[in-house]
Parts: sequence; structure tokens; C-alpha cells
Amino acid sequence: MSGTELGLAISVFLACAVEAVEALTIVLAVGITRSWRWALIGVAAAAAALAVIVAALGPALTALPINALRVVVGALLLVFGLQWLRKAVLRAAGLKAVRDEAQAFAAETDAARAAAGAGAGFDGYAFTIAFKGVLLEGLEVAFIVLTFGANQHDIGLAALAAAVAVAVVIATGVAVRAPLARVPENAMKFCVGVMLTSFGIFWGTEGTGASWPGGDAALLVIIPGVLVASLGLVQWLRRQHAVAPAVGSTA
Amino acid sequence: MSWLVHAAHAVWEFVVGDDPAIALGVVVALGVTALIASAGAAAWWVMPLAVLALLGLSLRRATR
Repeated sequence: MSGTELGLAISVFLACAVEAVEALTIVLAVGITRSWRWALIGVAAAAAALAVIVAALGPALTALPINALRVVVGALLLVFGLQWLRKAVLRAAGLKAVRDEAQAFAAETDAARAAAGAGAGFDGYAFTIAFKGVLLEGLEVAFIVLTFGANQHDIGLAALAAAVAVAVVIATGVAVRAPLARVPENAMKFCVGVMLTSFGIFWGTEGTGASWPGGDAALLVIIPGVLVASLGLVQWLRRQHAVAPAVGSTA
Repeated sequence: MSWLVHAAHAVWEFVVGDDPAIALGVVVALGVTALIASAGAAAWWVMPLAVLALLGLSLRRATR
């Protein structure tokens, strides 16, 4: 496995694991408080919708000429990556609330209990919340799988990394039967933001026709460079706002 | 028609997110890189600098 393939696998695995943890919290909340049957049907429907989106967009992306593909993929990864990184830096600097799965689970279960009671038949609340949760959390991962996979001509590896991440999260969720509050979710989001941004810089630049000194080896400088710059921004924000480090922060 | 507006809004939120300036800045920076590269000059340095500037400015806006 080359360094770029390893980077692809790690990025997709981490992104998918983070989103799967968040989706698991939502499904657990509606499954426990409402209806497991309709929550799981919602999950299956969302998975089917995601499969259709991947099946429709995958061939379209891979049909693009390589430079056009790299510009499109680079731009998408940069837009997604910078949004992830922006939130992760704000959280690490203590300027944005750190996501807490236990708290999110409590809020979801409260909302599920407050919603109109489920009858013996179709539980629209459980279905809709599980469907929306899995679809929305899965959509970004589907784009990451497609963009990384198409650009590396290895959608199989990207899909495998995503499937392993989902399987690990589901297995852990079934084992502990509770939201995965101990997963270092915010640190993982920081890493994903760094990886998406780094690959976005690399592929976007190549797609415009520019060349990197050292070719693929430039990634070995870009990734640590983006990481150091991001950690520097965390320190800069902390000094600017003189706040204590957030619990679970990455720095 | 409203579902179309909702769908367009959802796509905008999904792709552009909290800070539209990031998406705009990425497109402009890629354009500048392409222009410099097409002139035959080294252009690899544009995107790292642009990304650092975009992230820094976005964080500044977010914390103002």
C-alpha cells in the first residue's frame, strides 16, 4: 500500500467513524425510547438512499478527465476540509462547545419521549429521525469516499475503509449499548479536517496544471504543515481570547 | 416549487456550510493557481498560502 493509499484509507476511516458515532447516537436514542423496528427500517432506507447517490455519482466522477477530476475533487475536499478544520480549531481553542455524545443522546431521548406516542403500527417519528440522521451523517462520508476513491482510482479501498469504520462503530455500540461518549470524536474531527484539507491542496493544485516539487512526496510536507498551522491557529485563538483549553480538545 | 427551494437550500448548506467566503476563496485560489501555472511559472505555493489565509480569516470572523 502506497503512502497516498494509506492516507486515503485513514482519512475515510476516521471521517466515517466520526459520522457513524453521531448516527449511532441518534438511532440508539429513537430505538430505545420509541421503536427499534421503525428506527432500523429508517436506517435501512437511508443506507439504500446513500447507495443510490454513490451509484449515480461514482461513474459520473470517474468519467471526468483526470485534471478536471482533480480540480473538482480538490475544491470539494478543501471546502469540506476547511469547514471541519474551522470547527475543530474553534473547539480545541475552547470557543465552541465540544460535541458530547452523552449529552446529544439525552437531548434526542427527551425529544423522542416528548413527541406524540407511538401506536402499534408505523412509528413515523422513529423512522424519520433515524432516516434523516443516517442520511445526513452519511452524505458527507459518501462524498469523501467518492472523491478520494475516484481520484486514486480506488473506490474499492475507500469503500472498504468506510465499511470497516461503520462495522467497528456498530459492533462497539452493540457491545456497550450506549452512545460512544469515550470516542475522542473532536480529536478525530481535527485529524480528518487536516487530511481533507491537505489532500485538497495537493489534488487541487495538480488539477490546475501546476506541479509539486518532489511529486507525491510533497504530501509528506503538506500534511504536517497543515497540522502545525492548525495547532498554531488554536494557540493564537487561545491567546486572543485567553480561555482555558476545552475538555477533549486536540491540542 | 417550495421543495425545489428547500432542496437547493439543503445543497447550498451541505456544500458551502457556515462560511461562504471559504468556498469562494477556494475557487478564486484555484483560478489564480491555474493562471500562474499556464504562464509557465511555479504555482504550487499558491494553495497552501491561500488555505492558511482563508482559515485564519474565517476563524477571525467566527470569533469577532
